[in-house]
Amino acid sequence: MVGLVIVSHSPKIAEGVRDLANEVARASGLIVAAGGLEDGSIGTDAMRILDAIQEANQGDGVAILCDLGSAIMSAEIALEFLGNDVAAKIVDAPLVEGAVAAAVEASCGSSLEDVIGAAEAVRGEKKIL
Amino acid sequence: MATSIYQCLTRITAAITENKDFLTELDREIGDADHGLNMARGFAAVLEKVPQEEPDFGVVLKKVGMTLLSTVGGASGPLYGTAYMEAAKVAAGKTEITADLFDEMLGAAIAGIERRGKAVRGEKTMLDALIPAKDAFAEKVAKGASFVEALDAACAAAEEGVAFTKTIAATKGRAAYLGERSIGHQDPGATSATLMLESIRDYVKG
Ligand SMILES: Nc1ncnc2c1ncn2[C@@H]1O[C@H](COP(=O)(O)OP(=O)(O)OP(=O)(O)O)[C@@H](O)[C@H]1O
Ligand SMILES: [Mg+2]
Repeated sequence: MVGLVIVSHSPKIAEGVRDLANEVARASGLIVAAGGLEDGSIGTDAMRILDAIQEANQGDGVAILCDLGSAIMSAEIALEFLGNDVAAKIVDAPLVEGAVAAAVEASCGSSLEDVIGAAEAVRGEKKIL
Repeated sequence: MATSIYQCLTRITAAITENKDFLTELDREIGDADHGLNMARGFAAVLEKVPQEEPDFGVVLKKVGMTLLSTVGGASGPLYGTAYMEAAKVAAGKTEITADLFDEMLGAAIAGIERRGKAVRGEKTMLDALIPAKDAFAEKVAKGASFVEALDAACAAAEEGVAFTKTIAATKGRAAYLGERSIGHQDPGATSATLMLESIRDYVKG
C-alpha cells in the first residue's frame, strides 16, 4: 500500500492530522508524522522528513502532504537525498483534507498516482454548500 | 593565505548571535518573528557539529549545509543549507581561499538559493543582498583589486541591497502575504546574508 507522510512546522499538527487520517485508514502504520524539529521546536527539518518517507514506504511509494512555506522546500531536499529507490512525491493539496482523501484512497490499495490524484482533487472544494 | 574555516564560522556565528533579536524583530514586521532565533539555533549547531581541524573546505561546508537544513527550521534553513552545500561542491579538496574560489563559491551558493526558493532578484529576499555582492566582488577582482578590497566592495553592495529591499514588495516567503504592505521594511534574510559576508570580510582582514 502507498504510505503517507504528514509534514508540518508544528509537531502537534503533524501528529493530529496523522491521527485524524488514521481514522479512515484501514491499515496501521501507513501514515507517518514529520512535524517540527528534533528538539520539538516549530519548523521543518529535511532529514526528519527523509526518515519519515523511509518509514512510510512499504514498497508501493509515498505521498507527502505539507503545510506552509519551507515545508515544501524541506520536503524537496528530502526527495533529493532519497534518490530513485523509493517512489515518493509531494502532493499539491490542503493538508487536512488532502491527508484524509489520500488515506482513504491508499487504504483501497490504489496506486501512488491515484492517491495523489485523490488528494489533489480536494483542492478548491467548497466547504459550505 | 592560510585559512581556518572553523574560525571564520565562529565569526559568522558570533555576528548572527549578536544580531539575533534584531533579525527576529525585522521578521516580526513582515514575517513570523523567528529569523534570528532560527539562524542562531542553526549556527550554534554548526559550531558543535563541524570538525574544528578539518582543512578541506568542501567537507566543512557540506557539514555546515547539512546542519542548517536540520536545525534552522524556517525557510532560511533549506535555503542557506542548499547554498552552503552548493559552495561545498566547488570548494571540494581546497584548503586555501582565493578571490577566484570565493567568487565561484558565491556564484554556486546564489544559484542554489535561486533553485531552492524558485526566486529571482527583486523579490525582497536574501538574493537582493547576495547577487549585487557577487557582482561587485567579481567586478573588483576583474580590475585587479585584492581579495580584501573585493570583499569590501561586496559588503557595501550587500548593504545597498538590504536598503533596496525596503523599497520593494515581497513576492516570496511569508512576507508575500503582506504584498504592498511589506514596503518600508528591510528583509531579514538579506540582512543575515549581509552579516555573513561582513563576518567573512572581517575574518579575512584579521
Ligand atoms: N522562496 C524564497 N527564496 C529566497 N529567499 C526566501 C524565500 N522565502 C523566504 N526567503 C528568505 O528567507 C527569509 C525568512 O527566513 P525565516 O527563517 O524567517 O523563514 P520563515 O519565512 O519563517 O520560514 P517558514 O516558511 O518555515 O515559515 C526571508 O527574509 C527571505 O530573505
Ligand atoms: Mg520567519
